[in-house]
Amino acid sequence: MAEIKYIKAPLTAETVKSLHAGDVVRISGYIYTARDAAHKRLTEALARGEKLPLDLKDNVIYYVGPSPTKPGEVVGSAGPTTSGRMDKYTPTLIQQGMRGMIGKGLRSKEVIDACVKYGAVYFVAVGGAAAVISKSIVGEQMIAYEDLGPEAIRRYEVKDFPAIVCIDTYGNDFYKEGIAKYSKE
Amino acid sequence: MREIDVKQVTEAVAKLCKDSCYYLPEELLAFYKEAVNREESPLGKEILNTIIENAELAKSKDVPICQDTGLTVVFMEIGQDVHFIGGDLYTAIHAGVADGYVKGYLRKSSVDDPVFVRKNTNDNTPAIIHTTIVSGDKVKITVCPKGCGSENMGAMKMLKPADGVEGIIKFVVDTVRSAGPNPCPPVTVGVGVGGNMEKAALLAKYSLTRKVGEHNKNPQYAELETKLLDLVNKTGVGPSGLGGRITAVAVNIEYAPTHIGGMPVAVNLNCHAARRAEMVL
Ligand code: SF4
Repeated sequence: MAEIKYIKAPLTAETVKSLHAGDVVRISGYIYTARDAAHKRLTEALARGEKLPLDLKDNVIYYVGPSPTKPGEVVGSAGPTTSGRMDKYTPTLIQQGMRGMIGKGLRSKEVIDACVKYGAVYFVAVGGAAAVISKSIVGEQMIAYEDLGPEAIRRYEVKDFPAIVCIDTYGNDFYKEGIAKYSKE
Repeated sequence: MREIDVKQVTEAVAKLCKDSCYYLPEELLAFYKEAVNREESPLGKEILNTIIENAELAKSKDVPICQDTGLTVVFMEIGQDVHFIGGDLYTAIHAGVADGYVKGYLRKSSVDDPVFVRKNTNDNTPAIIHTTIVSGDKVKITVCPKGCGSENMGAMKMLKPADGVEGIIKFVVDTVRSAGPNPCPPVTVGVGVGGNMEKAALLAKYSLTRKVGEHNKNPQYAELETKLLDLVNKTGVGPSGLGGRITAVAVNIEYAPTHIGGMPVAVNLNCHAARRAEMVL
């Protein structure tokens, strides 16, 4: 296994530049959750010229809709959801200063281009490894859109959240590289 | 005639919802443990180990393997000598789903109207129910919650007879390749061939209720399953779609007689968290 890079969230412009597609990372600090419905509301609020319920600058958004929290636990199972459904909204959020995303699955060319242009990275976590990932979430706070239930925006305090850099600020896409390496077609 | 109170059905469905979401089928876990040794990519090995660790952790804590506890698909084989009493069967199944999802801390992912309202029903109902009538006086219930990451990557095509087996091979492999990381590989590939449009789709879904290692009883189809598995693993998609050898656990084909003019084929992909629990009443 490659060497593990330990990084802090919110991210800095320097940190994202030091990351390369394929790097294995552990993220500690604070990240925000948002998926389909929250993305829709955030971009609609921006279109109306409203202030967002969170400052996106340098922050990492985790695409997740956790299962309900059992008594005595910090969060329920909380693995990544398919990122592609957020592609439509992502370039706008990156433009607003968002530095990182955590999800799973393919991204559009527009998202990759925005990562290069504004300096953002796309991390992937192991889809379906929700129970293991939850161990790295040590705190949770409701931030906005509570009515959306599992789709509400929450702030997670994370300690050594396991992820892999998939799209870096240089336009590399680790899905393409990884699959090409093992293809025997 | 054997009487079964629908309360028993509600209780069984509630338990199966929880069990399927907490406990990965034993033989699937065994498959991953063996597949780690065959995986060529170091990162792929690491991901398979994470999948194993995750399944074991979920089991020990009684928490969902994956947060997307899906729409609840219920297959029910009902012996024709059974008479249900105490209420309506479908209502009893939905009540079991609601109970299992609410009390089991499973995520509710069902919205009432697909286009305009999209309001969460808050108890994961309605279940998607497929009943068949069989001989005897038993009832077999199989609950397979299925997340949308894998469900969204399914595909269906009305192939023509002239497309032949090559047409099927190309369609299946293309579907898995273009799905890439989205359905959380290693996937189980469910293939339904023949019948008509809805029959092929249902066969593809039904094939996912098989245990790992079970093949179609028709040797020609069993051989095609093996061939397809090999081709799918050659795509290089690998665990989590980050590159590697183990792209799929199995390819399961179910077939049905069809029209002289057609050869429908449906592909339904299941993720590594292929949840399934069954019970016989
Ligand atoms: S595809 Fe399966 S394993 Fe992946 S997030 Fe969805 S339900 Fe979970």
